[in-house]
Amino acid sequence: MSRPKLAGAANSRPALAPELLVEMHDLMVKARALEERLIQMYKQGDGFFWIGGPGEEAFNVPLGLLIKKGSGLDYDYLHFHYRNSATLIAMGEDPANPMRQMKNTATDPYSGGRNFAGHFSKREWNLAPVTSPIAVQYSIAIGTAYAQKRHGGEGITIVTGGDAGTAEGDFATCLVWSSRPGNELPILIIVTHNKWGISTHYSTQQGPKNIADRATAFGIKNKTIDGNDAITSYLEIKAAMDYVRKERKPFLLEAHVSRLYGHSSADGANRRPEEEDCIVRIEEVLLEHGIMTREQMDAVHEKWQKEMAELHRKVREEPQPNPEDVWKHIYWEGEGS
Amino acid sequence: MANMAQAIRLALHYGEEHLGVTDIFGEDVGPPLGGVFTATQGLRTAWNSPLDERGIIGMAIGLAMAGQRPVAEIQFADYIYNTIDLLKLAGNTCWSSNGQWNLPMVVMTPVGAGIRGSIYHSHSFDAVMSHIPGWKIVMPATPLDAYGLMLSAIKDPNPVMFLPPKALMRHRGEELIPGEPEDPRELSKMIDAPVGDRSKWKPTWPPVEEYVVPIGKAKLVRPGSQLTVVAWGRCVPLALQAAKQLEGEGIDVELIDLRSIWPYDWEAIRASVEKTGKVMFVNEDTEVTNFGEHLIRRTIEELFYVLLAPPKLVAGKHLPGIGLADALERASVPQVEEIAEAMRALARTEP
Ligand SMILES: Cc1ncc(C[n+]2csc(CCOP(=O)(O)OP(=O)(O)O)c2C)c(N)n1
Repeated sequence: MSRPKLAGAANSRPALAPELLVEMHDLMVKARALEERLIQMYKQGDGFFWIGGPGEEAFNVPLGLLIKKGSGLDYDYLHFHYRNSATLIAMGEDPANPMRQMKNTATDPYSGGRNFAGHFSKREWNLAPVTSPIAVQYSIAIGTAYAQKRHGGEGITIVTGGDAGTAEGDFATCLVWSSRPGNELPILIIVTHNKWGISTHYSTQQGPKNIADRATAFGIKNKTIDGNDAITSYLEIKAAMDYVRKERKPFLLEAHVSRLYGHSSADGANRRPEEEDCIVRIEEVLLEHGIMTREQMDAVHEKWQKEMAELHRKVREEPQPNPEDVWKHIYWEGEGS
Repeated sequence: MANMAQAIRLALHYGEEHLGVTDIFGEDVGPPLGGVFTATQGLRTAWNSPLDERGIIGMAIGLAMAGQRPVAEIQFADYIYNTIDLLKLAGNTCWSSNGQWNLPMVVMTPVGAGIRGSIYHSHSFDAVMSHIPGWKIVMPATPLDAYGLMLSAIKDPNPVMFLPPKALMRHRGEELIPGEPEDPRELSKMIDAPVGDRSKWKPTWPPVEEYVVPIGKAKLVRPGSQLTVVAWGRCVPLALQAAKQLEGEGIDVELIDLRSIWPYDWEAIRASVEKTGKVMFVNEDTEVTNFGEHLIRRTIEELFYVLLAPPKLVAGKHLPGIGLADALERASVPQVEEIAEAMRALARTEP
C-alpha cells in the first residue's frame, strides 16, 4: 500500500522521543496479542462471545498513556465503549483480567462473570462500566464532567464511541449539554471512526463528511485525525486534552481507525486484509529511523504472544461463578448501605 | 399543613442542607418557575436543564458516579418513556459491575390521572418501573409520607424512583411535617414564590426536621376486620372514601397504603389477609401485567388456604390513553363508586 510519508523529510527525526515510541510499540503489540488471544479463546470455546479493539491500538495506547489515572474528581473519568482494551493495557491493566471476563470466571474483576468481553469497569480508575447499548455513555459522561466542572482542578471526563453510534440521540445530548453557555464542560468527546456499524457503511447513513464537523455548530473545538498513526494520535490527543484540562471546555476528537478483525465473533473475528494495520505503520517508522531492528520488534511480538498464552492457561483453571451469585450486588453492599 | 408539592420542596430543602443533595434539576426546575408543580421553588441547588429527558437521566447517573447526590426530575411521567434503557442501566450498574459502582440518585416524576391531563399528562409508571430491577420505587399518598419517603430516597445509596401522584400535589395532609408552622397561610408566605417578578425573592425556610418513612414499609390507613384493601398513590384517598361510604352498610374495610412498590411490605399484606381472608388491590396503572397482578399471584401462592374469596384487582383499563373529556377519564381509571362497588361485591362473597 502506498502512503505519504510522515510529515517532514524521511530522515528528519520523529516528533516523539525514541524511548516513547519504543514504549508505545511495546504496548500496542501487547494489546494486540491480548486481543488475538481473546479471539483464540473464543474459537477454542473458552468464552461465548468476543468483541474488542484490535486495529485501534495506535489511538488507544497514547490515549491510555495520557490519561490522568486515579479515583475521584481530580482524576479523569472514563466512559468507554467495547473497543478500548489497548487503553487499559497502556494504563497498566493486568491482561489476565480481560481474559477472565472472556471466560466469565468468578474472578473477572469487572463484572464477576456477568458481562461480555471488553465490557470493563474499574472504579479505582474512574472507569465507568462499559455497557452494550450503543452510545449511552455519551449521555452519562456529561454528569461526571459537570461534577468536575464544579470541582475545578485538572480532572476531565473522556468518552469514546463508534461512528455509527453518533446517530443516536445520546451523541446530540452530549454536544448540547457539553456546551451550555456558561456551563461548558471539561469533556473530551472521542469518536473512533472505523466506517462501519456491524455491516452498514457510514457513507450510506450519515451525511456529514466529518463527524467532528457537528461540534462546530455548538462552538465546540474539534478535529479529525488519522488514528492509525500513533505519533499523530499522541500529539493530537495531548493537544486536545491540554485544552480541555486548562480551558475546562469540551473538545470533539474524531479518529479514523481500522476494524482489523471485523465487528465481533458474530461475523467471524477473522483478520481483514483490506484494513490497514497500525502496528505495521509504527514499525516502518521505527525501522526507518533506526530505533528498533526487525529482530527486536519480532522479539516483542513473541514475548507478548507467549505471555498471553501462559495467562490463558492460568485463567482457564479459575472457578466459574455459583448460581446463588446472581443475587449479589442488586443493591449496594458497601459503605453507607 | 403543607400540600404535597410543598412537602416535597421542604424535603428537598432538608436534603440540600443536611443530607448532601448537590443538584436538583430538570426542565423548568430551577428559577424562575421552580417546577411545573412548584415542588422545587426556592431551592439552593435547583437548576434548569435542556429539554432532554435522556440527558437528564444520563446527567443524574454521571453525577452519582462522581460522588454527587442528585435529585433529577422528569416533568411528567408521560415523558420518561424515552429514557427506559438509561433507567435499566441505572438499575444494573451495581449488579453488572459486580458491586463496584453504586448510584445514589433520586428521580422524581409526577404520575397518574385526575388532573384532566388528557393522553400525555395522565400516564402511570409504577407497573413499568416494577419491571426494572435494581431500583427502589416509592409512591406517596400524603404530604407527610412524601416528605418522609423523599428523605429516605435521598439517603439511599441506590437509585430511587419517587412517583408523586399529580392529582395529589395540591392536597393538604392532616399531619404536620415536624418543624412546619401550623398555619398553612404562614407556610405559604414563607416558601411560595410570589406571582410576578421573582428575581429578588428568597424563601424563608421553616426549621423542618428529620422525619423518615422507611422504604419498604406500608401504612395501615384504616383498620378493619372484613376485607383488606391494598392501594397506592391516588387510589389511597379514593379507597378511603369508598371505605367510609361502606361503614354505614356494615362493611368494615382494612385499608393499607403500600407506599413502596419495591421493595414492598409483604408482611403487612400477609398479616392483614390472614385476618380478613379477603383482599383487593387498587391502583390506576393499566391492568394487564399490573403490579397488583403480581401481588395477587403471590397471595394465591402463599395464602390460598386462608382466602375466603378470590382476590380482586381494580385498576386502570387497558387503553392506549386517558381521554380528556370527563366521561372518558372517569371510564379509564378507578373512581370511588367503582372501588366501593368492588368492595361490596367482595364483602358479599361467601366461600
Ligand atoms: C442501542 C443499540 N442498538 C443496537 C445495538 C447492536 N449493535 C452492537 S454494535 C453495533 C454497531 C456499532 O457501530 P459503531 O458505533 O460504529 O461502533 P463500532 O462497533 O464500529 O466500533 C450495533 C448496531 C446495540 N448494541 N445497541
